[in-house]
Amino acid sequence: MKPALLSYHCATSIEDAVAALAAAGGDGKIIAGGQSLMPMMNFRLVRPSVLVDINRIPGLDTITLRGNRLGVGALVRHRMTASDETIRSHIPILHGVMQHVAHLTVRNRGTFVGSLCHADPAAEMPMMTQFLNGTVHVAGPQGRRQVAVGDFITGSLTTDLASDEMVYEVDLDTFPEGTGWGFHEFARRHGDYALAAVAVTLEREAGVARRVRLAVMGLDDRSRRLAEVEAALEGEAPDAAVLDRALAALQANITPNGDLNASPEYRRHLANVLAKRAIADAWARAGERSRT
Amino acid sequence: MSGKVDVAVYVNGVMYARHVEPRMLLSDFLRHELGLTGTHVGCEHGVCGACTILLEGRSARSCLLLAVQVDGAEIETIEGQGSIDQLGRVQQAMRQHHGLQCGFCTPGFVMTITDILRNHDVRGETEIREALSGNICRCTGYEHIVNAVQELLSEQERAR
Ligand SMILES: Cc1cc2nc3c(=O)[nH]c(=O)nc-3n(C[C@H](O)[C@H](O)[C@H](O)COP(=O)(O)OP(=O)(O)OC[C@H]3O[C@@H](n4cnc5c(N)ncnc54)[C@H](O)[C@@H]3O)c2cc1C
Ligand code: FES
Ligand code: FES
Repeated sequence: MKPALLSYHCATSIEDAVAALAAAGGDGKIIAGGQSLMPMMNFRLVRPSVLVDINRIPGLDTITLRGNRLGVGALVRHRMTASDETIRSHIPILHGVMQHVAHLTVRNRGTFVGSLCHADPAAEMPMMTQFLNGTVHVAGPQGRRQVAVGDFITGSLTTDLASDEMVYEVDLDTFPEGTGWGFHEFARRHGDYALAAVAVTLEREAGVARRVRLAVMGLDDRSRRLAEVEAALEGEAPDAAVLDRALAALQANITPNGDLNASPEYRRHLANVLAKRAIADAWARAGERSRT
Repeated sequence: MSGKVDVAVYVNGVMYARHVEPRMLLSDFLRHELGLTGTHVGCEHGVCGACTILLEGRSARSCLLLAVQVDGAEIETIEGQGSIDQLGRVQQAMRQHHGLQCGFCTPGFVMTITDILRNHDVRGETEIREALSGNICRCTGYEHIVNAVQELLSEQERAR
């Protein structure tokens, strides 16, 4: 099908984009990579009157290390996130995750921030932004503000963003050298949206796991970290008994949906399989020297 | 109703200027405005890859771009690869390896393969299959397309 659209504005700066959104009176939409928005427009699920294109705004395509945080600008494409050397050395799990996202051609256009703003519960970037304690940098007619990702994503496909605001950057945690990581997902075809995924990082100190993080995706109406599972692993070596407790906590804290591709029971099964693999990988990788 | 807008693009090195509605997809622009019907349209939601073109040297879905977005840009389409009398190298390899049957998906595959050859360090069958995973073919079973890419990659390797 063809999109319905009245006019197009090619923004020259963040302020210009925000002004164009404000002028549209709630009926404008930002387009970044268009890899989620254009399909929805072609299906006429979304029919903005004005499309505000941010692709030619200078300076938004950068990945910047600031202390122990990493800033990802609004025009950083999946291709860049997947191959960037700073990400590879400072957030190796993100490097690993990005290899699972979409296909070569889609990665050339799709942006990290666009995926975050789309807030699909089965998308890797919103999951990783939560995993990495992301702070979302927002520009609006009243100026700029910062939102913690937990307050930014308000539900499936919904965010805290007002109709006249845009995100210009998100910044993320980096990890100390030697942090172990594991990420496993199951998709019907490489690069398709996953049915379920689990991400884990941990540090290994005196034979036990410390600073454990664990997040899941595709198992609820939103991806998120599971504090109860993290607590079950914290301060322990993940032997069989500890793993059992962690998986029990995992099962108690998810309510998977059924759909065309997988029943709730199958998703529960996947959750356990993926979590076991991700925890095992993280434990095995912890302590390895990766940074040069 | 909206006003039309001016769009000028370079397609396969030739400049075209047209006056179109802002909602016109790049795929429709190429086919209906420029008569370059080699770019095919399958799903119009980014899934099948039939509409793949190169934008500034990298592959992109032309069904997920508006023509107005690429004003001033360089586009390459299947028509720029070669002609019936003189096939381009990727087209030749696809033909030699029987990488097509009905041919509907072929322009998209050829453009994706061109991106792979120019911009990516792809090695081995698994990586080739991954790199091609965004293009759907209902006829060939992919085997022969993978073989064609394998030959192109080893040829490129030898030339280095
Ligand atoms: C075939 C195919 C396979 C895919 N597979 C996967 C996959 O496996 N995993 C996955 O996670 N994703 C997948 N995707 C989706 C892809 O990752 C999208 O690129 C991404 O979800 C959206 O980013 P975008 O830059 O394209 O955003 P757009 O499509 O341009 O925008 C998406 C939404 O976010 C808003 N928006 C975008 N940027 C901003 C901004 N800076 N400020 C405010 N609002 C903004 C837009 O208004 C729109 O509502 C796939 C897409 C396709 C077509
Ligand atoms: S027509 Fe563009 S991807 Fe199918
Ligand atoms: S050759 Fe028929 S779809 Fe690929």
